Amino acid sequence: MTRRAAQPPSSRPGAPAGRRVRGALAVASLGAALGFASVGAAPGVAFAQSGSPFDGTRPDRVSFSASDKDARAGMDRAERTVDGVEIYHVQGNVYLLVGSGANVAVQIGGDGVLVVDTGSAAKRAAVLAAIRKLSTGPIRWIVNTSADADHTGGNETVSQAGMTVNGNPAAIIAHENVLTRMTDANRPITELPLNTFFEAGRDFHFNGEAVFLYHVAAAHSDGDVFVYFRGSDVLVAGDLFTTTQYPVIGKGGGVDGFVAGLNQMLDIAVPKYLQEGGTYVIPGHGRVCDEADLLDYRDMVVIVRDRIRNLAAQGMTLQQVLAAKPALDYDPRYGNDRGAWTSAMFVEAIYRDAGKATSGKQRLPAR
Amino acid sequence: MVRALLVGSLLLALAAGPARAQIDITGEWAGKYHEDFDDRVPGDVQGDFTGVPLNDSARRFAEAWDVTRVNMLEHQCQPYNVAHIFRGPMQFRIWTEKDPATQSVISYREYLGTYQQFRTIWMDARPHPPDYVPHTNMGFSTGEWHGDILTVSTTHIKKEFYRRSGIPSSDMTTLVEHYIRHGNLLSHVMIITDPVYLTEPWVTSEEFVLMERGNQNWLYNCEYVMEVPMNKNTVAYYLPGANPFIQDYAKKFGLPFEAVFGGAPTLYPEYRSKLEQLMNRR
Repeated sequence: MTRRAAQPPSSRPGAPAGRRVRGALAVASLGAALGFASVGAAPGVAFAQSGSPFDGTRPDRVSFSASDKDARAGMDRAERTVDGVEIYHVQGNVYLLVGSGANVAVQIGGDGVLVVDTGSAAKRAAVLAAIRKLSTGPIRWIVNTSADADHTGGNETVSQAGMTVNGNPAAIIAHENVLTRMTDANRPITELPLNTFFEAGRDFHFNGEAVFLYHVAAAHSDGDVFVYFRGSDVLVAGDLFTTTQYPVIGKGGGVDGFVAGLNQMLDIAVPKYLQEGGTYVIPGHGRVCDEADLLDYRDMVVIVRDRIRNLAAQGMTLQQVLAAKPALDYDPRYGNDRGAWTSAMFVEAIYRDAGKATSGKQRLPAR
Repeated sequence: MVRALLVGSLLLALAAGPARAQIDITGEWAGKYHEDFDDRVPGDVQGDFTGVPLNDSARRFAEAWDVTRVNMLEHQCQPYNVAHIFRGPMQFRIWTEKDPATQSVISYREYLGTYQQFRTIWMDARPHPPDYVPHTNMGFSTGEWHGDILTVSTTHIKKEFYRRSGIPSSDMTTLVEHYIRHGNLLSHVMIITDPVYLTEPWVTSEEFVLMERGNQNWLYNCEYVMEVPMNKNTVAYYLPGANPFIQDYAKKFGLPFEAVFGGAPTLYPEYRSKLEQLMNRR
């Protein structure tokens, strides 16, 4: 991928001025409804950084959630919902689209729109409509955090609706292993991330803030990326972190990669006040979190991993390990008996991993 | 003219919403620790799991709990959540936010001296937020009066502990509180529901005294620092069966560990005979 400076929409060739102004008005009116200050009257310019659930005076900081703010501004839930996809302002320039398969993050501003993951194919039209409710600026970039269909199903729709500064559909960025996986799955070329990288990270500047892409090797898959919006102070974790289930360890993934990725995100996240607020984290699935939530999840993965490895090191079979219920303390919160990723599958994945870890030399988990 | 003004004022007064004559709970309240002193003031002995309807998952969590985990950087400044904070040394202030036009109470506000926490209890019948918004230590609270009892419902609470001995509370915890004033005393009742770690709702109560001259201001300027050289990503825990402190409380008070770790059945009077049997067997 060649790094390019994104142009503001006002310089976009062929963009009708009237449409831009209407877009700016629409964005400004939604911003006002959500209770945010508009940066200015420039076409396509969106919202100033504000609106954190913890902004304002100290008494407000703890007690107002963003939904309070929306309610105060008269913006009810129905107005923030497009065909079952709900819009939620996380912080700064970053919004969350809920109900689109995997979580979708949208960053908006004067340079246009950046979308992290595009949800499932079934929700692609609703995702695009929700993005358009937030901004009519050009969709410039799409980032895929993995190759999963529930994260990439809207790639084509969102990309084709966007435009790079040189007039192509919006560029889809991902780690190169994501392209490999999606190509292996015979996904249409219009869905593929053709803007790939192989190094540990990428960064660029968009909508007034630095955007960092970090590749985590062998975690959920072999192509995982999490995104950090430095100005907005929002992490988008992809399936490296969810609040709905145990880590899904897929092809090319591994539990140690999960721990490494979670530790890397913990290094970036900074709480605002007593382990609350500050950096917000959008998980691949589930609710918006902060460092404290990320921390509990990391602790859980480490403890369960080490228990399973300890049992495996004692020579237990997989059935014996499963019978020992090594994740009993977290099963009511993250476990599933049915579905695509069960608790037993999670335990088995770590057990198989432990076999690899202990083959050749005994490697017991470090405390 | 004067008569017209008077009539107008009277009509305005009648048009305003009826004044509610609920009991006033505002003011500075300080904890009275005649109840559960050992648990609430000095803090629990390691291995104290009594009085909590914990389930097997909570037991497994507690078995793995190594108190040095709170020494990790990211854990150091974790305050108690709303379902726990009233169980510690506690003084707090309640005041109201009123609608300027109608003077109806929009919300009760609380400043909780422990950990400098602020809290809002919305009284305007607004809905609780959707599932996807962040959780906070104090959660999201709405209240309503039932006679002279203020009943408060709280959701969106952060994961924490019910007790420092390692009884966990999950982020699916919900809390119902009742504030009941008797003169200068305030009874505070908590009904805690946690589908992850409790087998049934856990009920506690605390008393507070009205402070006519105000409370001290407890400040909590927590800064996390590396206190002991260690790998900052090391998670302190015990493997199953390896916790050397799990029976400390049972040993200290000469109780059968089974009774200390027994959960809901041990909360009820019928358990006395069972406890007697266990004690006699020793």
